[in-house]
This record gives sequence, structure tokens and C-alpha cells, in this order.
Amino acid sequence: MAGVAVSTTINGDHVEYLCQPDETLLDVLRDRLGLTGAKEGCGTGDCGACSVIVDNRLVCSCLVLGAEAEGRQIETIEGMAHGDQLHPLQQKFLEHAALQCGICTPGFLIAAKDLLAKNPSPTEEEIRFGLAGNLCRCTGYDKIVRAVQDAANVMKGA
Amino acid sequence: MRYIRPQSMEDAVGLLAGAAGPAAVLAGGSDLLVRMKGGFIEPELIVDIKAIEGLGEIKETADGFSIGAAVPCAVLGENAALQKAWPGVVEAAKLIGSKQVQGRCTIVGNLCNASPAADSVPALVAAGAKAVVAGPSGKRTIAVESVPTGPGRTSLAKGEIIEAILLDKRAPNAGDAYQRFIPRTEMDIAVVSAGVNLTLDDKGVVKSARVALGAAAPTVLLVEEAAQLLIGSKLDEATLERLAKVCAGACRPIDDKRGSIEFRRKVAGVLAKRVATTAYERAGGK
Amino acid sequence: MNFDPRYSGRNFSSVGTRPIRPDGVDKVTGRARYGADFNMAGQLVGRILRSPHAHAIIKKIDTSKAEKLAGVKAVITAADLPDLTDGDAAMYDILDNCMARTKALYDGHAVAAVAAIDARTARQALKLIEVDYEVLPHVTDVDEAMKHTAPLINDAIFTEGLEEKPVKPSNVSKRTQYGHGDVHQGFAQADTIVQRSFKTEQTHQGYIEPHACVASVNPDGTADLWVCTQGHFVYRQHCAQLLGLEASKLRVTSSEIGGGFGGKTHVWAEPVALALSRKAGRPVKLVMTRDEVFRASGPTSATSIDVKIGARKDGTITAAEATLRYSCGPYAGMWAEIGAMTAFACYKLENVKTVGYEVLVNRPKTAAYRAPSAPMAAFAVESAVDELAKEIGIDPVDFRIKNAAQEGTRASYGPVYGPIGIGPTLEAVKNHPHMKAPLKANQGRGMACGFWFNFGGQTCTDLNIGMDGTVSLAVGTVDVGGSRASLSLVAAEELGIDYSHVKAIVADTSSLGYNDMTDGSRGTFSSSMATISAARNAIKILRERAAQMWDISVDDVAWEKGHAVAKGETHGNLGKLSLKEIAAQSGKTGGPIAGHSELVADGAGVSFATHICDIEVDPETGSTRVIRYTVVQDAGKAVHPTYVEGQYQGGAAQGIGWALNEEYIYGKDGRLQNPGFLDYRIPVCSDLPMIDTQILEIPNPNHPYGVRGVGETSIVPPLAAIANAVSNAVGVRMSHIPMSPPRILAALEAERERFSR
Repeated sequence: MAGVAVSTTINGDHVEYLCQPDETLLDVLRDRLGLTGAKEGCGTGDCGACSVIVDNRLVCSCLVLGAEAEGRQIETIEGMAHGDQLHPLQQKFLEHAALQCGICTPGFLIAAKDLLAKNPSPTEEEIRFGLAGNLCRCTGYDKIVRAVQDAANVMKGA
Repeated sequence: MRYIRPQSMEDAVGLLAGAAGPAAVLAGGSDLLVRMKGGFIEPELIVDIKAIEGLGEIKETADGFSIGAAVPCAVLGENAALQKAWPGVVEAAKLIGSKQVQGRCTIVGNLCNASPAADSVPALVAAGAKAVVAGPSGKRTIAVESVPTGPGRTSLAKGEIIEAILLDKRAPNAGDAYQRFIPRTEMDIAVVSAGVNLTLDDKGVVKSARVALGAAAPTVLLVEEAAQLLIGSKLDEATLERLAKVCAGACRPIDDKRGSIEFRRKVAGVLAKRVATTAYERAGGK
Repeated sequence: MNFDPRYSGRNFSSVGTRPIRPDGVDKVTGRARYGADFNMAGQLVGRILRSPHAHAIIKKIDTSKAEKLAGVKAVITAADLPDLTDGDAAMYDILDNCMARTKALYDGHAVAAVAAIDARTARQALKLIEVDYEVLPHVTDVDEAMKHTAPLINDAIFTEGLEEKPVKPSNVSKRTQYGHGDVHQGFAQADTIVQRSFKTEQTHQGYIEPHACVASVNPDGTADLWVCTQGHFVYRQHCAQLLGLEASKLRVTSSEIGGGFGGKTHVWAEPVALALSRKAGRPVKLVMTRDEVFRASGPTSATSIDVKIGARKDGTITAAEATLRYSCGPYAGMWAEIGAMTAFACYKLENVKTVGYEVLVNRPKTAAYRAPSAPMAAFAVESAVDELAKEIGIDPVDFRIKNAAQEGTRASYGPVYGPIGIGPTLEAVKNHPHMKAPLKANQGRGMACGFWFNFGGQTCTDLNIGMDGTVSLAVGTVDVGGSRASLSLVAAEELGIDYSHVKAIVADTSSLGYNDMTDGSRGTFSSSMATISAARNAIKILRERAAQMWDISVDDVAWEKGHAVAKGETHGNLGKLSLKEIAAQSGKTGGPIAGHSELVADGAGVSFATHICDIEVDPETGSTRVIRYTVVQDAGKAVHPTYVEGQYQGGAAQGIGWALNEEYIYGKDGRLQNPGFLDYRIPVCSDLPMIDTQILEIPNPNHPYGVRGVGETSIVPPLAAIANAVSNAVGVRMSHIPMSPPRILAALEAERERFSR
């Protein structure tokens, strides 16, 4: 099986890699590029733990081939903070204890970032439906929803 | 395994027609990659159609809408004209998977995956949508309901690709709607579903109707009898009750992990009533 | 060591505050390393071949073709994991579960494994392994398995606990009984008796992180294991025993853990990964797929429970009885026994009897799931209690208050309670605004109580004070949901320093003495006790050093608010010495300052909760929606209240999922039909409302700060609370969990039919 040469942009950095045609973007990120922030909870698009943003679209990186990344702009959790400055969502997740085990957290943060980019003032219901593609088994979602609400307020004020 | 991203439909058709082993079309990948992961399919060739010009666009024409095969469902919801004309089709497309899946999945993929439970298909069938098929022997346009022939099977020949879905220009006083039953509020496959498309006359009497049920039979069901009983009515209580009975009766569902025969029949009727009511309201009926 | 664990009322300065957890930034930036995030140089990919049959004799396994495939470095079967368990039946079951020896006992049972240079090669190699099965009849249902006609799963199992020793083998591995008084007499005194039967389906913990490990075994018998686990010391013991390694030569490092809830208390893939590494001579990384997690890890029991409760007109329960049948997978378990112990633990009963039956079925080996066995028993009992209150005509909250256990009550499972929280949680619920919130059509309110024992166990902690006066705390209980924050608070509290100067880590098995798992809600309870003990030991040294610096007797040095203070009239002119000042001089006053503690944390205070749930039912489809939910629970002392709330909310959410939609669905072929998150339906964000919490603090007398475990109890009441709410909403008593829409609709239809007759 011949490898596919891919040239892409990840968190603003130009990246080149060789991947197998059946390899997912998630596998490429984790196993080839060492970006293990995106997690594999299911591999079938049902849990959202591998969420990344590709060309301003929120996707499950387990449902994207590594080969498809050619020429795209990819954002992962590793690019969310600016230097030592956490993104308001990251800060609010910490303050509200919106994580317990934390395995779903990178996916939630990426999905919440996409949600707020498209809807800066979501209602509770919009947050709940907007994040329905991300499973959390620890928190019962209560503190996650509150953290997103709080972050939305902070970001609007900024 | 080969991954190829052709630039033209001719090349894509040629690649698929010439493939020695199993070949797969990749648009959103939300079904294909799951099947590959589960080991249910090991394609020799993957043809990514997203670089083909025009396939990623929704075009509004004199005749209506043409939705390219590579348009993610999320984009349908962002198209105000389409949303206004065919709210039922758009709400169905937007029910497929999560926000993450929405960013990738396509209605053509949903159709060609040929799951009896596909969300967009009953809405498209109710809408009278057509599929433009490109193949080695040229193009043809077929009714959407003629694409799936059974669970996981389609009428497409080797080398054929659906390049677009066509929806008619909307008549005045018309409305469509779609609902599915799922145990949760999101992230489930339809246990049973219904799509209804109505056109009314000036007095609010149903002039034409199409009623389609999903997950109620091996392929989407277009329930002619249900359409007939709606025509000439103003969706009064008695008509809706008859609609529910007819739809329940038309079902040929299975017992599986997602629902029983009995449950699917009953809920198909309930949904048909609710969906018809919404479609009627959207058409301006009161 | 003379550590005094007794509760002493004190004013807290750190405990009870809500700082950001020490591992937080790593977790919001993607830097935290979980089971699958670790790699070793030269590592191979391990994959496991699993039985597609529910019950089959393994006649032959031919691995020769797989071994010849280029890139395959090792193929193993049970022969590569020889039986070293030396008559230890429980360990033998673990071994057989890790790799089937003579029979495959469930769909998903491991039969062989490979290690190859990449995932693709490993997958291909699995396809080349030929297993010759003789398929046997199977049984997956708990009631069916108890019948004499059921296929026998293990012919060496004879029911234990019967008066007469059985002559025939059985699928019932054990009968247990608890209770006191005379239930016959008690029922004779009752004016009203309610008798009901219930079933609950099997559920999975549903942690988002699949099991993952990296194993590396060296030719000299030393080995490393990186793994997501709730108890790396226990994994070390089990792996060392199964592989024939010396425990001290196997270093196990617990990664960050992506959820466990009891499901990561058991080894499955780890001994296999070690065996593969040993055979291949290279490190092996083994990560389960989601499908494997569902089919072949450790879900909870499916159950069938009969309950009978009698009461006088005045609402006094006179007798209570339950028979509980719990599936334990294809190996002997103790799950029904726990159900039998917890069933009536909330109540003050003169006559009570519970009988448990452990039932073997062709399903995965049951593992713990958050307050294991208690939710099903509570579902049955609390549903029946509601029915009884209704029949007698007393408000269900008042009925429970009247019969609630209290200090001095002899528990149905034996011990006499100390100060407990069942009464206070019920009183709090009675007065909670939720009880007055308006309900619309098709909406109903239900409430229910729950109990969990909590556990203490073996614990070892190290506290090291740096020369800059900051503290590193090494604990051996895995942090599953914020315990590094709570333990840092406890260390700060005891030493009298700021939280920000303490950094807690989870140490590996070579760096600290043995610790039991993080289970039984023991993480914060037991490790805080050990942390307090370690801190007190460190304080003793700090006082000695201060005494040395001052050149006075240590008896004249006290420790107050992070400072050494000289006591006595002759020392009145000495200023205070801060921990930082003492630490800075430590190199000159005797070297590093540390406190160590090893103890068995006895006296875990029992825990009670009462939940309120409002639900809306769609009478046409049977669909439900939780619209309001409140948890009231006793925490003893909430060390970090935000994370305590998180435990309450998380347990409630899991209980809601269990109550409404989660279930293992087996086909007639004995294969699991829904091994994925699409059809094993855990609640999504849009399924739930905000979950309100109220923390009560009834101090545990056996902990210096009054702490009780808080992790598990919250999953106990939801099944019954929701069933009671559904009953109040639409008038049908649901006796089968989950109350999925088809089950509710069927019950509604049956009720309508009954009325129309």
C-alpha cells in the first residue's frame, strides 16, 4: 500500500506527512504527529472526543482520512491557548470544574469554540444541542453547560 | 488500497468503472469510514469526489435547487433560500448525526448508504426529489425513491455516481416537514420516521400530498393511500386519525435492537399525524 | 504509629474551598497523558482475537499462518499464559477471562492475540488465526440461567450456601442471606402488603476512554506497564501473579484515567500485552476498540428481583423481604450478595430478610459499576415502598421519614449505624423548593433513597517538603475525578499553608507502598486520612527542627497555622518560624523533611442520598424527558465542594441513562447487538436538565475532618426515582429497567386496554 504525501496546515503551522490511504486524520494526529490531545473514544463518530476543526467546520477526526487534509486548515486542542494565555473556554472549564476525568475535555472545548464562533450568545438549549455530539460520562453536563455560558459572557465582553 | 481525488466527474466515473476490486466513493465519509473501521468493507480504491468542480455547491436555478453530492448537510441549513423553500428536507438533513457529522455528511451519501433508517431520504421522497446520476454511459435523472433497493443496496450500476439532488421550485401554499422517533434527543438512528409534503389551494384544502415513511420497511415507503386521504381535506381530526391508521398499516417493519414491529407501527402513525400537521401549517393552512 | 483518626470539630481554612485542580491545565490543553497517549521506542501493536460465539469448546487454534505473516512478531494463546494461580480460584477466573483456555464463555471472550509492527498487519494476522470451535447451547438471561434445563456453563460449580450440599452442578454459584427478626411474624402484623417483581438489564460503565496499556518485559524479568487503571498496585499484583513475575520488578504507572466507575478495577488486556511483549521481546501497545470495551470488559449485572414489604396502617413497616438474582457473567461472583446487603439499608426494620443468588450466564464477567449492585436493589425496594405508601395513603416522603434508619439502628446487613444521613436527606427533600415546583400534564414527580457502604482500605502516602517550603504529595490512589485537588487541600489544611504550595501526584508502584484501588468511594476518604497522618508526621519533624534552630526543647514547640511557635514563658521573646523558614534551613538541621504514612483506613462512614426527579412522558410514543432533577446527599465533610457536586451530578446522570435507555441487547445467537455508543445510549447533553445538588455534612466520627466517601451513592436512587416519577406522571408502574419508550408505550397500551374492558 503506497503512502499518500500530504501538505497541510495545523494550528497555523505548515505540516507535511506521509500516511496510508486508509489512515484517519485522528491516527495521523496522534501517531504520526504526536498531537495526542484529540482522543479516540469510539472511532465511529459517536463520542466527539476526537473533535477538530477543518476549514472552519467542526468534524470528528476519526471520520476524516489523513489524505483528505491536503491543503486544509486544521485546528486542534493543542492550538487553542495562545502561548501561556488560556482561551476563555479553557479558563472557564477549570473554574467551573467542567471536567472530572478530562478525556472528553479537548473535544468539548473544540466543539464549544466552534459553537460560540457561530453563535456567540447561545441559550442553554442551544448549548445542549450544540454539544450533543460530545459524550461526557463524568459530569452530567451541568458544569460544562455553565462553563460555556460563562465563557460566552466573557468573550462577548472582550 | 488507493486514495484518489479526481478533478472531474469523467475521471471519477472512469476510475470507478475501471476499478479491479471493491471501490468506494468518498464524500463526507461518515458512513464509509465507519464501515471500514468495522472491517465490513475493504475498498481497493477510494474516490474522493470533493475536488470535482460544482459538487460542493447548492445552485438555485429557474427549476428549483440543485444540491451537489459533496455539500455537507450543515451547509443546507445555512442556505436561507433552500431552508425557506424546503424546510422539511433541511430539518431532515440536519438530524443526521452530530454537529461534527453534519460538517461532513451529505444527503447523497445518506441516500447511497441505503439504510432503511436514513433521515434525509423520507423527506426527499416526500419532496419528490430527483437524483442526477453520472455514469460511463452518460447522465440520467431518476426519482430518489428508485435509488435504494434494499438495506445497503442501490440501483446504481458500476461506475455510476449521483452528482446532485434536484428539488423543484416551490409552489405557493406548500410546505413539508420531517420527524423521526429516537429514544434520546440526539445522536440516534431513527427508530421510525415520517416525511410529508403538501400543497394547498387558496382555501387551505390539500391539493397534492406525498407521505413517506422511514425505518418502516427495507426501503423508504411512499404511502400513496395516505397521500390520497389527505388530498381534499383540511387535516381535520378524523383525517389525521385515518392517516395514522393507514401509515401504521402500511409499515412492514422488523423487530430489532432499536424497536419492535408493534412499536414502529404505532409510532409511524403518530409521527405521520404530527408531521402532516406541521407541513400543513408551513403551507399556510390553519 | 499513633495516628488518631477520630473526628475533631475544627474551623477549616483550606478544606471546603474550591480552588482549580492541579492537573487542570494539562487537561484543558490536551497535554494530559491517558492510557493510549504513551509510546515506547520500538513498540509493537497488540490486537486480540475474540470469540464470536457465546459458548463454545475451543477444539484447536492454529496460529501458524499468522506467525508467518511479515511484520508479525508474536502470536499467543492460553498456552503462553500458563496457569500459575496455584489453586486460587478467583485468580484462575481472571486468567481464564483474559485468555480463554478450554471454552469461550461469551461473545467477545479473548482466544488469541498478536503483536505486529503496525495496526494493519495485526488486523490481518488475526484473520489468519484459525480457531476450531464446537458451539454449545448458551444462556444469557438471568432467570433462564437458573432453570434446571438451562445449558450448564461450568460443571465444576456447585451452589455454595445451601443447607444441603448439592449433588449436581448449577449455574447458581452461591446463595447468601442477610437480615434479622422473623419476617413471617412481621407480615402477619401488617395491614397492607405490597409484593412486586422487577427486572433490570445489564449496563456498562461507559467510560469514554477505552482500556489501553503499553507493556514492556525485559529478558531479566523486569517489566514496565503504563496503563489506565483505578488501581495500579492491584494490577501489579494480578499481572505479576499471572505472568510469574516478581511484583517489585514490575513497575506499573497509572496514566491519567478517562473514566472508570468500577470498570477499570479488573485486568483484561494487560496480562495479554505483557505476555505478547515477553514473547516478542519488544514493548507492546494494546488499546481496545469501543466494540471490544462493550463486548469484553466488565459490565454490571442484569437482575431479577422480588420484593415484599408489609406495613401497619400508621405507616410502620413490619417486615421486608427480597430475593435478588444477579448475573455475574460466566464466573462466580458476589454481586447478588452486595444487593442483598444494600437492599433495605435505608430503613429501620425489625423483621427483614434478603436472599441473593449469583447466576452464571454467557455474558462478560461482571465488574463493579459505581455502588455495584445497589441501584438495582434500590430500584426494586424503592418502587415497592412508593406503592406501599400509596396504598396506605401516606405521602411517600413522610412514609420514608417514619421508617428511616437512624443512629443506633441495626442495619439489615448486620452492623449498628453511627450518625447517618438518611433522615436528614429526607427532611431536606421534604423542604426543598423542587417539591413545590409546578407540574404540567403528563408530568410526574418521583423520589427515592439510596445507600452505599463506602470503603477505606490500605493506603500509603508520602509528603515531602522542599527547601523552598513547597510540598509534594505522592499518593497511591488513582485520581479519577479531582482527588489531587482535594488531597492538596487536606495537606494545606493540616500543615497550615496555602493550597498553591502543595502539588499532589499519583506515584507509580515502585515509588510508594501498596495502595488499594480507587473504588468504594475511598480515594479522598482514605488518602486524606493518610495525608493527614503524613502531614502530622512531617509536623513532628518541623517542630524538632524549629526546636533545634531555637535550641529549646521540642516539647516547647507547637505548630500553629503553618508556623512553629515557641511555648512557655521563657521562650516568649522568640518569633514564629514559618514552614518555609524551617525548610530553608533543613540542609543544616538534619536533612530533608518528610512525612510518611501507611495505614488501613477503617471507619468509612456509610452514605445516604435522596433524589427528586420530575419527568414528562409522551403518552403517544412512550418517550420521556427528565425536566427537573435534585440530588441531596450526605458528604460528611465536602473537601472540595465543586467536585463533590460533580460526583452527585455524574452519578445521577449515569442513573438516568440506566433508568431510561441503556441496556445490553443480546440476539438469539448470544451475540451482543449494540456494542457501540450509537445503540448503547448513554445520555447526551441535550437529554438532561441542570442537576441541582444539596450537600449535607453529617461528620463521619472516624475521620479527622469528618469526611465520608461521596463518589458512588448518587447512582443508587435514580432508577427508582424515575420509575416513581413515571408512575405519578402516567399511572403505570414500570417494573423493567430501562424504561425505554417501547416498554413505556407497551405498559400504557396495556393499561388502556385494561380500562376499556
